[in-house]
Amino acid sequence: MPPDGATPWGFLPLLAVMLPVAGMVAALPLGARWAERLALALMPVGLLLALGTAVAVQAAGAPLWHALGHWAPPLGLALRADGLSAAMLLAAAVVIGATAVFARAQFGTPAGAPEARAAFAFWPLLLGIWGATNLALVANDLFTAYVALELLTFAAMPLVALDGRRETLAAALRYLMFALLGSVLYLLGAALLYGVAGTLDVVLLAGRVDGSLPVVVAAALMTAGLLAKTALLPLHLWLPPAHAGAPAAGSAVLSALVVKGSFVLLLRLWYGVLAGIPGPAAGQLLAALGAAAILLGSVAALAQPRLKLLVAYSTVAQIGYLFLMFPLMAAMPDTETAAKAWTGGILQAVSHALAKAAMFLAVGLMAARIGHDRLDGLAGAGRAAPVPLLTFGLAGLTLMGVPPSGGFAAKWLLLSAAIEGGQWWWALVILAGGLLTGGYVYRVLAAGLAGGGAGPPAPRAAAPEAIALGLAILSVLLGLVPLAAFGLVQVGRMDMLP
Amino acid sequence: MTAGHLADLLIAAAILALALGVVLARQVFTAVALFVAFGLLMGFAWVRLEALDVALTEAAIGAGLSGLLLLGAARRLARTGAPVDEKPPRRAQVVAIGIACATVTAALGAAILALPDPAPSLAPMVVASLPALDLGNPVTGVLMGFRALDTLLEAAVLALAVIGIWALTPNRAWGGAPGWTQPRATEGPLALLARLLPPFGIVVAAHVLWVGADAPGGKFQAAAILAAMWLLPWMAGLAAPPPTGAAWLRAAVAVGPLAFILAGFGGLLLEGAFLAYAPGAAKATILAVEVVLTGSIAVALALLVLGPAVAR
Repeated sequence: MPPDGATPWGFLPLLAVMLPVAGMVAALPLGARWAERLALALMPVGLLLALGTAVAVQAAGAPLWHALGHWAPPLGLALRADGLSAAMLLAAAVVIGATAVFARAQFGTPAGAPEARAAFAFWPLLLGIWGATNLALVANDLFTAYVALELLTFAAMPLVALDGRRETLAAALRYLMFALLGSVLYLLGAALLYGVAGTLDVVLLAGRVDGSLPVVVAAALMTAGLLAKTALLPLHLWLPPAHAGAPAAGSAVLSALVVKGSFVLLLRLWYGVLAGIPGPAAGQLLAALGAAAILLGSVAALAQPRLKLLVAYSTVAQIGYLFLMFPLMAAMPDTETAAKAWTGGILQAVSHALAKAAMFLAVGLMAARIGHDRLDGLAGAGRAAPVPLLTFGLAGLTLMGVPPSGGFAAKWLLLSAAIEGGQWWWALVILAGGLLTGGYVYRVLAAGLAGGGAGPPAPRAAAPEAIALGLAILSVLLGLVPLAAFGLVQVGRMDMLP
Repeated sequence: MTAGHLADLLIAAAILALALGVVLARQVFTAVALFVAFGLLMGFAWVRLEALDVALTEAAIGAGLSGLLLLGAARRLARTGAPVDEKPPRRAQVVAIGIACATVTAALGAAILALPDPAPSLAPMVVASLPALDLGNPVTGVLMGFRALDTLLEAAVLALAVIGIWALTPNRAWGGAPGWTQPRATEGPLALLARLLPPFGIVVAAHVLWVGADAPGGKFQAAAILAAMWLLPWMAGLAAPPPTGAAWLRAAVAVGPLAFILAGFGGLLLEGAFLAYAPGAAKATILAVEVVLTGSIAVALALLVLGPAVAR
């Protein structure tokens, strides 16, 4: 970190964390109507802060720092925004902003209307997820990161049960069990690391830990905990009922962002704290779980009778791709191949965030239009809900990895890193996963485009439809951004040789 | 072996036995009672480790408040007779879980024995930097100074917890009062305590908060005591809980974290870093924030125990 503990633009990521958190707390006395207005007013501000962070990181070619209260680590806490943070901050701002506008139709409070329970809860929960995600992205202290995980869990869990039905409450409780187990394992590991090195600061830890037994145990515990929160197979059991049970706007942020927060912390652990310590077998194991998630998750998605569950299983599968970067990073460290794997993994996280948010919103619109989300009753959806069906298809292109989408760019980078690194088996998994994804996307499109069935088209919800479509288009256009721009996510990689 | 070692051994053995009892207990109520005892003994363990602040918090939050929450849940379960549709786990499942737990325990034990001795610690650095904050209690220095962001965010988590619990309210009960309607206790220990304790409790809480700057104590412990004092008259049926729609109640939960955040932004504007305190004003700012925060935490803790509003 810089000698004086802060960089000129370090306050940008700080504000990106604190404004949503302040909004979340203020929403309580403000009540549903004003909380909604506050949340919507914060959206453009947050987007500008994320853009500003990205520009400042790119321009400086180095991470931004902000030492809280001028106390430098190890005594104090610092926030650190690197290229990974900047890219994910942008994705979070876009997804949260789009979801907020989309959700006005369901959780808006018109003038004079009494406050409703769901509306009261939704806006602070949305702001809480935003602030917690941003904190997970820029925290540089293992305990601050733990607080971020806690905030994330406690904001996400009520969102799962927001409609108040018995099944969603059960899904939320199951989610809570997995998430708390993850928290406990993470915290045990963090305490061990403090016992080894006397600091919780990620950058300082990187120089102070070695492959000793306590470090290995800590790494294993924290990795297992974070995997439970990221829902990597076989710790994914909580995800489908939780993500399918939430209201559409909730599912969108849960699938797009909440599972990515713990994933980014896993990257901080492996490529920050433990840089160079985990052996090649550990990376192969993570990727093997990822491959199993891709194949089994996609097959499960193919077999689902209901749209929301299909999309939720698709999340289980797409999370698997994120873990292919681990052995590829280790194959040829400090080379162009490792850089490709790193960019590919992060690009997968960003493009999946946009595409999956679009997909859940589209499915929510379709279900609202035709009154159910059963696949066998989807005939005529193409006429009753053409825009959401188109949105689903476009988002599906990104998930499949069809050019020119962001998903294509991500999977192409991972694929070429796999071949360059001599690990062709991961390339096969990527291709097979793409085919299976194509299968379940086709199933929905074919069912929706079949004629007959549906009654008269319901009134259109123009703004929510446009929002979902916009997200899907963004996820496709992401692949057209010239690859040089992705140099951004290389800034501040801690696993590189100094 | 000294008497101290013997006491440590006894406490450790009792903690393990109680933990085992919590897991093995057949009745929910028994498990909760054992859990409260477990929390109190953990408090003793922290005293033996000379961590008085942690001991106080463990007793107040870990045993007291969590115990109260669990008791409430157990009573609710007994009343509604919640259907147990979970099948008891199969033997293979139990064995697998046992093996996993044993592995984690063994790995933790081995790792802890392999930790460097003496342990690297930030304590000397904390003590050396404490004068800058004008505080005497290093724990308060860490919580309100060096790691103030974590404390601020934890306070925000508490407000979020209230929102999360209220989100479980049935729609038609929205804005109403929590379901804590007790028969009015006119005689017996509860009626006496509910009338007698609160004035003393409030004084004790104020003391715990005030000495927190220089001695063990502080806002979380004080807030837990305050919350208990507030809950007592409700439990005795002497007072009715306020409606969750009341503006003052919602403001009371939010004002503490908001004051903390405001102090943070003040530091950013005036001193150039979030949560930086102006030279000479550190202690005054910290105490002011702590006082407001104590009130908010107390209200939030009480609301967590009271639960969501119920339809009447």
